[in-house]
Amino acid sequence: MSGAVGTDKLLTVEDLRVSFPTRTGVIEAVRGVSFTLGRERLGIVGESGSGKSQTGRAIMGLTPKHAKITAKTLNFAGRDLLSISDRERREIRGKRIGMVLQDPKYSLNPVSTIGRQIIETLKTHEKISTAEAKARTLAMLEAVQIRDPERVFSLYPHEVSGGMGQRVMIAMMLICGPELLIADEPTSALDVTVQLEVLGILDKLVAERGMGLIFVSHDLRLVSSFCDRVLVMYAGRVVEELPSADLSKAQHPYTQGLLNCLPTIGTDRHPLPVLDRKKEWAL
Amino acid sequence: MTTNVLSVKDMVVTFDEFIALDHVSVDVAQGESFGIVGESGSGKSTLLRAVAGLNTFSAGTLTINGQSYSGRSRSKDFYRTVQMVFQDPYGSLHPRQTVDRLLLEPLAIHGFDNVDQRIMRALDEVGLGSGFRFRYSHQLSGGQRQRVAIARALILEPKVLLLDEPTSALDASIQAEILNLLEQARKDRGLTFVMVSHDLGVISHMCERLAVMKSGKVVETVTADALESRAFSADYTRQLMTASEGFRRV
Ligand SMILES: Nc1ncnc2c1ncn2[C@@H]1O[C@H](COP(=O)(O)OP(=O)(O)OP(=O)(O)O)[C@@H](O)[C@H]1O
Ligand SMILES: Nc1ncnc2c1ncn2[C@@H]1O[C@H](COP(=O)(O)OP(=O)(O)OP(=O)(O)O)[C@@H](O)[C@H]1O
Ligand SMILES: [Mg+2]
Ligand SMILES: [Mg+2]
Repeated sequence: MSGAVGTDKLLTVEDLRVSFPTRTGVIEAVRGVSFTLGRERLGIVGESGSGKSQTGRAIMGLTPKHAKITAKTLNFAGRDLLSISDRERREIRGKRIGMVLQDPKYSLNPVSTIGRQIIETLKTHEKISTAEAKARTLAMLEAVQIRDPERVFSLYPHEVSGGMGQRVMIAMMLICGPELLIADEPTSALDVTVQLEVLGILDKLVAERGMGLIFVSHDLRLVSSFCDRVLVMYAGRVVEELPSADLSKAQHPYTQGLLNCLPTIGTDRHPLPVLDRKKEWAL
Repeated sequence: MTTNVLSVKDMVVTFDEFIALDHVSVDVAQGESFGIVGESGSGKSTLLRAVAGLNTFSAGTLTINGQSYSGRSRSKDFYRTVQMVFQDPYGSLHPRQTVDRLLLEPLAIHGFDNVDQRIMRALDEVGLGSGFRFRYSHQLSGGQRQRVAIARALILEPKVLLLDEPTSALDASIQAEILNLLEQARKDRGLTFVMVSHDLGVISHMCERLAVMKSGKVVETVTADALESRAFSADYTRQLMTASEGFRRV
């Protein structure tokens, strides 16, 4: 049941800019990002603070109120996201576009149980009974490899572990079957075995349901083995775009440097090589 | 044998019916860097939190620097000796405080001098220039916040650092800088580390020994060299090693 069968461009972003006025001057978080997304897995890697999360938030419509956001194009399945009404935006958010935030435990409501929150999300977007919503919630928690869904269902956000919080957030976003999922460091707190199982779920949704996936991650090994394409961000811009399999052939010195500073089992490099960041990278 | 700076014996932590730590024992020598890896939800954070006095344990013993602890109360001096970097950069820093306030507070509590200089140096060490000093923590990216948390723990010059996924929110280049910084600090000041990470590469780079946890238990304790030579015995450790090679489309 996707809304744009036939169009392979699900999302078009052209010259996206996000800036924050502060007392000490304007902070330009995103400075002209452009890319398109089809029904595929697009990885975004990049330096800490380079604007990955703010790019995702702008697409989701979660940019802080006081920030300034502009774009030549910000189009999702034929809708111009910057000009539609707030109501339409709310309908799209959560139902057609989902976002797993980088800080899942702190973006959940602290005074409501996990189960109640997922049920609530489901009921805002679908007309179903509470019993059915509960059954689907438990099934979803199980799908994301939560060991004891009944227990976790009744826990509060501060009572789950880091990796459980991430999976809860993934469950909450997937339960409405979004056409586009923006996942901001969705598996950074997961042990590697659970991580692969969760990626397996996302992979299936892309392959079988045609979901588009934006996968923001610091984990180069994961991105290169999981995604189709990768964008590399630095200082608010996309500095390089590559097929994931060619990550090791990256041209930009930032990307090349990244690959070289990973600690691995069996190599003994103390201290690890670090980047010599050049001013011109941030121009 | 060197003396143990930290010794946990048969520790049990429960939340209502649920057993989060099931007779866990860990010994960490003075100056050692000890790693903890394991399943999500296996109790890694709970163990560090119990050591830091943020969770109570219902059975077992905890000895730090020769002193026994039970319950949650810890003296002011304890936090001079033991500092923790939390897994969640968002939860551990007050969002409405400036970076300056966040770093100043622990210095003031413990009566440090030269606070200005210390704050500047701490920010510099984690790769955040003075431009970040008067930002509010909610104005920072995930990795910038994590670096503030690391600066805040290091600024007190503790003897023992409990690090819960300290670099999982950082890109590889900043991760390398932080790991180098931590190693240098350990060398210079004889620090002891207990470090949780799901990244086996990071753990084998930073630690001499590690515990592998699953379902509230330590399934085995091995040397980092054993990871490389695959000289471990638990099935779960083998699964982790295989999974750490990346995603395979089946
Ligand atoms: N509310 C805000 N006010 C001012 N600056 C902000 C605000 N939120 C974010 N920033 C700045 O915008 C820049 C981009 O932030 P963003 O969160 O997108 O980075 P990121 O690429 O996701 O980094 P990380 O990998 O560390 O999460 C950062 O330099 C950050 O400090
Ligand atoms: N306050 C609490 N109330 C109830 N259960 C809790 C509480 N704190 C932790 N737990 C439970 O204890 C278990 C262990 O949690 P812990 O945070 O130690 O896991 P972890 O090994 O750090 O996992 P991760 O790698 O995902 O961070 C989890 O099942 C969690 O739900
Ligand atoms: Mg981010
Ligand atoms: Mg944890």
